[in-house]
Amino acid sequence: MSTDSTLAAVIDKQTNKGFIAWMVSRQVFWIFLATILAFIYLSIATKTFMTPQNLFNVTRNFSLVAIIAVGMTVVIIAGGIDLTVGATLLMAAMVTGVSMAADMPLWQAVILAILASGAVGLANGLLIAVAGMPPFVITLGMMSIVRSLALVLSNNKLISDFGPDQDLLYSIGGGSQYIDFSFLQFILPQAHVIPIPNPVLFMVVVALITGFLLRWTQWGRWVFAIGGNEKAAILTGVPVKTIKVSVYMYVALCAGLSGFLEIGWLGTVTANQGFGRELIVIAASVIGGANLVGGIGTAFGAVVGSALIEVIRNSLTLLGINSFWQGTFVGGFIILAVSFDRLRNKDTSE
Amino acid sequence: MAVLELDSVSKHFGAIEALNNVSLKIEPGEVVGLVGDNGAGKSTLVKIIAGNFHQSAGKLQIDGKVEMLSSPSDARRKGIEIVYQDLALADNLTAAANIFLGREVTSRFGILDYKAMYKRAGELFAELKSETRPRDIVRRMSGGQRQAVAIARTRLSNPKIVLMDEPTAAISVRQVAEVLNLIRRLKDQKIAVILISHRIPDIFAVCDRLVVLRRGGKVADKRIDATSPEEVTGLITGAIREA
Repeated sequence: MSTDSTLAAVIDKQTNKGFIAWMVSRQVFWIFLATILAFIYLSIATKTFMTPQNLFNVTRNFSLVAIIAVGMTVVIIAGGIDLTVGATLLMAAMVTGVSMAADMPLWQAVILAILASGAVGLANGLLIAVAGMPPFVITLGMMSIVRSLALVLSNNKLISDFGPDQDLLYSIGGGSQYIDFSFLQFILPQAHVIPIPNPVLFMVVVALITGFLLRWTQWGRWVFAIGGNEKAAILTGVPVKTIKVSVYMYVALCAGLSGFLEIGWLGTVTANQGFGRELIVIAASVIGGANLVGGIGTAFGAVVGSALIEVIRNSLTLLGINSFWQGTFVGGFIILAVSFDRLRNKDTSE
Repeated sequence: MAVLELDSVSKHFGAIEALNNVSLKIEPGEVVGLVGDNGAGKSTLVKIIAGNFHQSAGKLQIDGKVEMLSSPSDARRKGIEIVYQDLALADNLTAAANIFLGREVTSRFGILDYKAMYKRAGELFAELKSETRPRDIVRRMSGGQRQAVAIARTRLSNPKIVLMDEPTAAISVRQVAEVLNLIRRLKDQKIAVILISHRIPDIFAVCDRLVVLRRGGKVADKRIDATSPEEVTGLITGAIREA
C-alpha cells in the first residue's frame, strides 16, 4: 500500500512546476497571445476588421493554409520537409477541374484528386525513406515535376466550367454553415448565429484528427521518435520507412484537400495556383512551434501560426500599409519564433 | 546451466581473422567484464551475441540450446537485450515513451495507454532504485538517468542476458557509481550482464569474472578476486602473454 502510494507520487512528479509555467514555456502560447492582441488592436483601430464579411474572408483564407500547415507540421516533426505542397495543391485542383470539365460527377473527380495527391506523397516518401535521399532536394525536384505535369494535364486552358456538379463543387469550397454561437453570450454579448466558411470546418476536423493521431496513437509516437532520434527508432524496431512514407502521403492529402476547397471558392483553376504556397505553409508551421530539426511541433501550433500570418496580411491591407511590407512582418515573426526557441533552450540546457 | 555459451567461435572477414576460437560461458546473474584494446575483437564478439553478425565457425547456445541469431530483433526475442553506447534514446520524448518505444501499450482501439506505461515505467525505475521519473523528458536528464532509462528498457522484456557497451565512457564519477548500481540491480534479478568497458576500475567494482581479448583471441578468463588491475592491463597490452 505504502509503496503503491509513493510509486504513484513518483509517477505524478513532473519537471514542470505548474500549469502557468508550462504554458509560458510554450512558443505557441506567445504566438496565440500575439494573434489575439493583433485581433483586439485591429478591431479597435479599424472599422473594417471586425465586420462579418472581413472575418469570413480572413478565416477562410487562413484555413486553406492551415490545412496544409497541419500536415506539414507532421512531416517536420518526423524530421523532414516538403516543398512539393504548392504543386500538389495545383495537381489536385487540376485533376478535379479537368475531370469535372469532362462532365464527370464530383465524387469521381474527388477520388481521382485523392489518388493524384496520394501518388505525389507516395513518390516523395519512397524516394526519401526507401532510397534514403535528402527530403529538401527530393521535394524540390518533385515540386518542379508535379507542377509541370499539372500544367501538361491542363493543356494551358483556364478551367472555369466544371460540368453538371459545378454548383456542388462551389458550395463545398465556397459555402458556409450557419452555426449558433449564442451560448457564448456570457462573454461576447454580440454572439449569435454566424456563417462559418466550410474550409474552416474542414480545417478544424483535420487539426483535431491530426492532434489526436499525434498524441494518442503509436503512429504519432513513432513520428516524434523518428524526428527525435531516427537511429534509436530503427534500433527499437519502429517501422521507420513505412512511417516516413505515411507522413509525406499525409501532407500531400492535406494539400490536395486544400486545393480542392480552393477551386470551389475561386471558381477557376489557374496555372499559378498554389505557387509559393509551400513557403507560407512552412512559415506557419515554424511560427507555430514546429522545429525544423525534428521531434517538436503541434497541430494547434500550425493553426495558430497560419492565423497569425493571415491576420498580419489582412491588417496591412486594412491599415492602408503597402502590402509589400507583408514579407517583412512574416519574416520577422519567423525569426522571432526561432530566437524564442533559442532563448528557451539556453534556459533549460545545462 | 549456463545461460549463454559460446563454443570455439571464430569470425573472419575475408582474410582478416577478427575472432579466433573464442569460448565463453555465462551463468544467470553473473556479471562478466569484457576487456581488450581497440581491434582486439570485442565489438565483433558483441555483434555476434547481439545478432548483427554470424560467426564463421563455432556454435552459440542460449539456455543449452544451439541458436542461430538472424538479426538483432531475433536476438532480442531469444532473451538478449543490448544497451547501446549512445543509448539509442529519443531526447524529445519522456522516459516512459523511450522505454516503450516500438512496444507501446495500447488499448483495444489502438489508443496509447499512458497510464499503464507510466505505471510500469515507475515500477521498473523503482526496481532499479533509480530516481528517474517516467514523465520527465530525456533531454533534461543526467547521464546516469539516461542509463537508467536505457536499462529499464531492456527489463521490459525480461531478458536473460543484457549486453552493455561502454556504459560509463562519457559520464561523471558520481553517475558512474549510479550506473554500477544499476548493473547490480540487474544481477539481483538473476540477469546475466556482459559489460564492455575500457575502465578497469569499473570492471573490478562490479564484475564477477573478466574476459580479456587480444588480437581476436581469448587470453584470460579469470575470477575478479584472482587477478589484479596490473595483471589485466598487462594482458590487454600484451606485456603478459596469457593467464
